[in-house]
Amino acid sequence: MGILEVKDVGKRFGGLQALSDVNLSVRENTCHAIIGPNGAGKSTLLNCLVGKLIPDTGSVMFDGQSVLGRSPHEINQMGISRVFQTPEIFGDLSVMENILISLFAKRDGAFRMHAFESVADERGLQEEAERMLDEVNMLDKRQMHAASLSRGDKRRLEMAMCLVQKPKLLLLDEPTAGMARADTNNTIELLKEIKEKRNITIAIIEHDMHVVFSLADRITVLAQGTPLVEDVPQKIKGHPKVKEAYLGEAA
Amino acid sequence: MDAIILQILNGLDKGSAYALIALGLTLIFGTLGVVNFAHGALFMIGAFCAVLLSRILSMSYTTIDETRTDFLGNPMQVNVPYAYDFFGEAAGQTIIEWAVPLAILFAIPIMILIGVAMERGLIKHFYKRPHADQILVTFGLAIVLQEIIKYYFGANPIPTPAPPAFTGSFDFGALLGFDANQILYPYWRLVYFIFAAIIIGAVFAFLQFTTFGMVVRAGMADRETVGLLGINIDKRFTIMFGLAAAVAGLAGVMYGPIYSPNYHMGMDFLVLSFVVVVVGGMGSLPGAVAAGFLLGILESFASMREVINIIPGINQIIIYLVAIIILLARPRGLMGRKGVMED
Amino acid sequence: MSDQSQTTGTIAPKAASRPGASGAAGRSRGTLGLAGKDFRLLLLVVALTMLAPFILNPFPQTSGLAQFNAGYPDLMQRFVIYGIFAIGFNILFGLTGYLSFGHAAFLGVGSYAAVWMFKLVGMNVLPAILLSVLCAGLFALLIGYITLRRSGIYFSILTLAFAQMCFALAYSVLTPLTGGETGLQLALDDPRILGTSQTASGNIPVPSLFGLEMRESVDLFVGGWAFTFNAGYYFCAIVLLLSFYTAIRIFRSPFGMMLRAIKSNQQRMRYTGLNPKPYALAAFVISGMYAGLAGGLMASMDPLAGAERMFWTASGEVVLMTILGGAGTLIGPVLGAGLIKYMENILSKINSDILHGWFAFMPDGLEDFVITVIYPFIGKGWHLTLGLMFMAVVIFLPGGLVEAGQRISRAVRGKKGHDTTDSKSEHAE
Repeated sequence: MGILEVKDVGKRFGGLQALSDVNLSVRENTCHAIIGPNGAGKSTLLNCLVGKLIPDTGSVMFDGQSVLGRSPHEINQMGISRVFQTPEIFGDLSVMENILISLFAKRDGAFRMHAFESVADERGLQEEAERMLDEVNMLDKRQMHAASLSRGDKRRLEMAMCLVQKPKLLLLDEPTAGMARADTNNTIELLKEIKEKRNITIAIIEHDMHVVFSLADRITVLAQGTPLVEDVPQKIKGHPKVKEAYLGEAA
Repeated sequence: MDAIILQILNGLDKGSAYALIALGLTLIFGTLGVVNFAHGALFMIGAFCAVLLSRILSMSYTTIDETRTDFLGNPMQVNVPYAYDFFGEAAGQTIIEWAVPLAILFAIPIMILIGVAMERGLIKHFYKRPHADQILVTFGLAIVLQEIIKYYFGANPIPTPAPPAFTGSFDFGALLGFDANQILYPYWRLVYFIFAAIIIGAVFAFLQFTTFGMVVRAGMADRETVGLLGINIDKRFTIMFGLAAAVAGLAGVMYGPIYSPNYHMGMDFLVLSFVVVVVGGMGSLPGAVAAGFLLGILESFASMREVINIIPGINQIIIYLVAIIILLARPRGLMGRKGVMED
Repeated sequence: MSDQSQTTGTIAPKAASRPGASGAAGRSRGTLGLAGKDFRLLLLVVALTMLAPFILNPFPQTSGLAQFNAGYPDLMQRFVIYGIFAIGFNILFGLTGYLSFGHAAFLGVGSYAAVWMFKLVGMNVLPAILLSVLCAGLFALLIGYITLRRSGIYFSILTLAFAQMCFALAYSVLTPLTGGETGLQLALDDPRILGTSQTASGNIPVPSLFGLEMRESVDLFVGGWAFTFNAGYYFCAIVLLLSFYTAIRIFRSPFGMMLRAIKSNQQRMRYTGLNPKPYALAAFVISGMYAGLAGGLMASMDPLAGAERMFWTASGEVVLMTILGGAGTLIGPVLGAGLIKYMENILSKINSDILHGWFAFMPDGLEDFVITVIYPFIGKGWHLTLGLMFMAVVIFLPGGLVEAGQRISRAVRGKKGHDTTDSKSEHAE
């Protein structure tokens, strides 16, 4: 049993069958990559996992519980954190506050009326946040407006916001899209570190094969809304079906 | 049955005004993405164009009429409008009486000018600012416009009569085979409705059949892509703003005989027109028109004595109530498109 | 693995020993649970409100400038009451970014509730104000629950629609409850079960705080100056201070941070495991309660309530105050409320005679010209000034007066900083 079990998921948008018969099992403490040509349904699948979309058929189980019908914040509270394609952070808030919000969400749940306490009194959380920022080498930027960070730093901040919640599953949506080679390599290093240090299961959607083969323990290839193959990276590389899917795209 | 027809007719003229204002509002929102709180002020300025023209036309000088005497036996002083001198007495009188319809010609260039000036001078700088800022700055502008009108025209409503040819009522009852005098409908309201229908038709035709309209519609659907095609969309949108201003202005010009213009009528109508736009679906032109008439007619039904006896005060709140229900049931409004103004 | 735990082990004490970390902890140990800066701000507001009768009466009664004095009870009360209203509005708009155009409805509800308390129970202002806050809060809960299903412009229009609906209802159908067009007033035959229906002399009793009548005043004459200390004003001022203190606490709380997160990025908020809806609703209810409090105080100072208090222009006014002062800042709304109410009262009183008095030194033609130019902006035309000022603030100074102040102080300090570096480099050479 994997920590995330996707069974027979199908999703239709009007005349377009975006997903059909998707079966996927992400095992604990592995990095599972989902790859596939454009329009293969990768993002749709991801949105089904985090509660943004509800699949028409099938089931999605996380840690023994169904995520279907739950809203994104409930799914996050179950232990799934998501990193977006373009970093989603609280731009008007300081870097430190960004991390603190994650910590408050982890500690206090989806809603708590703590209107009279002071943020500054939360020493424990402040220290935890500083430790996290230190780990991603952003401690010196903690008072900066998050919106004024560089793109790479925004990505790191978003990642830190997810990691500080100690999620069971980290979902990454093309984390290196549009990045320069050096930034991509940094991100790979960061993710490798996460994987090795923190016992976090990672599911990653990625276009960049370099990233995928550096990180993934298992790969699922999606094409036209259905998984073609699922295997370890070495076997995916030379798989005829995969070549066909990608060549088909190229032609 | 006759009562129902009467209420539908009564709702039409108010619905026409709502539809015309809402049309401009949603046009501006759809093309420019701007929420214009000063749009009601444009309606009001239109109404005051008619007031102004009627004043200009009736400008007169005082002369002494030797043939008549006042009650003291002195020769009587009479005011003679300049129009009499220019056009002769009969024609001059007719022109003065027809001030309101004539004001259409007078108002179109003025309104377009105001609209373009507004867009170039102010709104343009707010495209990239948050919606709250757009609301606030146009709200401030609405106050300013309103106060300027108040300064020059005073705070009291100014009656602007319809031409005498339209002062009577049309007996719809007789036309539809009911008893005479059962369904009386003032001619001017009928004129207003027809006028509104023509304008709405013209705007739709303009958007549907001209290249300009095609680009604008494409821009409403996807501004960025159209911008990428190398079409100077900003210039077209400026013209669009002028057009929306003219539509609101014309709605105001012709509304004078139904509702004597005062300086705050713009805001009164704006609040309701916003509701209309939201009910119709932000950015949807047919939605705005449909919702305008729908709410106008609903309001007039709610004003029936039979209805008020059952639910007191319903006429005061029906529009808001409907709006709230529709928005909760269909958050995008009746004909709203996906992705427009969603969070 | 052991290697890693070692690294994290070394990081932790390093982080804790950083000056910033201890500074953050130190900040929390201020007076009344406020950081030093916030406490100073509170002290400033305490000083401003307590000394208002002096500050607002800078000109001797006999001087020609006495008309600029604002230190009379009626106006001072309005300053602080609208200050409270704006502080509350700012908690919603300034923090969450939800622009409500219907907040006057809560003000109206608060006023009606207080007057009913005066009619039925007694003339003590405390229970009346409590009921105002409670009613406005419940009402805000209902309206907020519905309107907060939408955001952005839809929210603004929905709140506007609700407020207009309340206005229309209060004006017509609910007349038995609201007094309709004439408004809700006290009468000699009101029950007032915990008080008296009439005073011994056969008058309607006046609102009081355990016997201290709100209209009571003490005058102090110093030279040509006259200062009035009014019980009602000081009562309102103390309520304002409590409201302001509460607002500071909310701003600095985790809850306040969540509200700013709503404004910044609701998507991220949801994917961080937070539900923005109850946070926004709580902010809406709190700001509605502030509005109800302001309405209750208004009725306590002058025990009547009219539907016009709910009209959308009243909602627009509080938006103006908040923006003018600086949305999202602590002191801004108070300043904005004061400035607008001051202008409304002082500017609208200037008439052409006064203008002629001022510009009498000019040659006749020029005098007339200047007065013609200025005239539309004063007296009855002060709304024009207000509208223009409002536009100017939104266009040039989105941060309001507070931002203006910051810019000025930064410019001054920037210059100084420049000078010192220059002198330093000179020394170095």
